[in-house]
Amino acid sequence: MRSVSIIGAGCTKFGEHWDKSFRELIAEAGMKAIEDSGIEGKDIQAIYGGTMASGRLIGQEHIGALIADQLGLTPIPSTRVEAACASGGVALRTAFLAIKSGEYDMVAVGGIEKMTEVSTEEASFALGGAGDQETELFHGATFPALYALLARAHMQEFGTTEEQMALCAVQAHKNGMNNPNAQFHREIAVEDVMNSGYISSPLKLLDCSPITDGAAALILCESKKAKNISDKAIEIIASAQASDSLGLTERKSLTELAATRIAAKEAYKQAGIKPKDVDFAEVHDCFTNAFILAIEDLGFFRKGEGGKAVEKGRTQLNAEISVNPSGGLKMGHPVGATGIKQAAEAFEQLNGRAEKRQVEGAKTGLTHNVGGSGATAVVHIFRKLEGKK
Amino acid sequence: MTHACLPLHWRRYPERYLLKGNYCENCKTAFFPARVVCPNCRRKALLKEKEMPRTGRIISFTEVFVGPMGFEHETPYFLALIELENKAKILSQIVDSKKESIREGAKVKKVFRKISDTDKEGAIAYGYKFKVVK
Ligand SMILES: [Zn+2]
Repeated sequence: MRSVSIIGAGCTKFGEHWDKSFRELIAEAGMKAIEDSGIEGKDIQAIYGGTMASGRLIGQEHIGALIADQLGLTPIPSTRVEAACASGGVALRTAFLAIKSGEYDMVAVGGIEKMTEVSTEEASFALGGAGDQETELFHGATFPALYALLARAHMQEFGTTEEQMALCAVQAHKNGMNNPNAQFHREIAVEDVMNSGYISSPLKLLDCSPITDGAAALILCESKKAKNISDKAIEIIASAQASDSLGLTERKSLTELAATRIAAKEAYKQAGIKPKDVDFAEVHDCFTNAFILAIEDLGFFRKGEGGKAVEKGRTQLNAEISVNPSGGLKMGHPVGATGIKQAAEAFEQLNGRAEKRQVEGAKTGLTHNVGGSGATAVVHIFRKLEGKK
Repeated sequence: MTHACLPLHWRRYPERYLLKGNYCENCKTAFFPARVVCPNCRRKALLKEKEMPRTGRIISFTEVFVGPMGFEHETPYFLALIELENKAKILSQIVDSKKESIREGAKVKKVFRKISDTDKEGAIAYGYKFKVVK
């Protein structure tokens, strides 16, 4: 059976890049990944790029060709992948499958979003397209509003509190202090979150991930070949994806993201591991309640106990399970780039290159990328590739 | 601004004005908006057009302080997920109701309202909102 590994990763800083264009960001991340992997551009056989809303945000479509063009990699095939905020994760899975199938041995995969070229209102409108345009956005539902409805349902059923949600943000900011690419380098306290003003109750400003520009890229390689050319290859030991209804009204439960639970179950089966075998995870915490949903739906904690787990510090760096050692989406969420950035973080962690945010003894890492309010979920599991050159 | 053009408004009149959805007689499930395929029965489905009941209960709600474009004059406003009496769920604004009365389990009924400001084609979007009833 063919296996797939990551041999190089590159990220731009996440933040407001008023001085850089979409094409400059993707070229920067792509070149860093190629350099990091030690290969030449000519070794790459195909490209997959994840971006959610380039048409609305910068007026540019046809991103596949743009990436190949900007990286000087024409004429190899280059394809855009879109799955809202899971565009990056689904692009990674698509690249994984392209190598797994035997079609290619070496593939570049990237993710990007340039969100600050338009006003915040226009950016939120573009993001609203990840939900159901006709039955949600039409009635005035913003993205925070959809997650707020999920947050309230969790509070009602399990007694999860706004303070517990605030603690997720506090933890994210604390971990972000050690991430040089993070959008913010500022510690916050629970009171700061509680006083930050409602965006859509019970979610406040500091419960939400920010509007961000950024790009990330990876080089994927067939594992036998990877062993010969790289001593830092990490193997993708599971890749799973699931879908759910686009809108919230057709969900069977509002206290879980079923797509996450189903993709995770499949991923653990592929990897032959249990949730407790995971040393660290980069989860999709676009809002603080999404962090709580994620750690439950991924099986790290029992349903309903996520809020308490955060309160007890069980998800802190080097605690029971290190969740979002990078600071997660609170430290920047350029939607199409997020899924790739998460895998790049796994690559750094498993190679022991994560410096001050290094998870001690990290052997198995998981990434979790969600599109919309849970209509797409992608889960990947990684481990250092055994045996080197 | 909602994403809306005149044909979209026109197409959605039965749904947005009359709460028309459909009902699968095979699995006895109501759908709102109407679905082309019953996700439970697929080709065995027997889908019939049906107006939804105009009352239901709030299952979750939020007060929106920062709205999307076209809703600037409305904020803050309440949005709720409502389970109608036939179990179909609907997302809608809650209007004409005391703030304290908007909570999980509250009974609501449909009213007809303007939804958002005029779009660039000059069409005003009308449709359903709900209000809390005793
Ligand atoms: Zn049916």
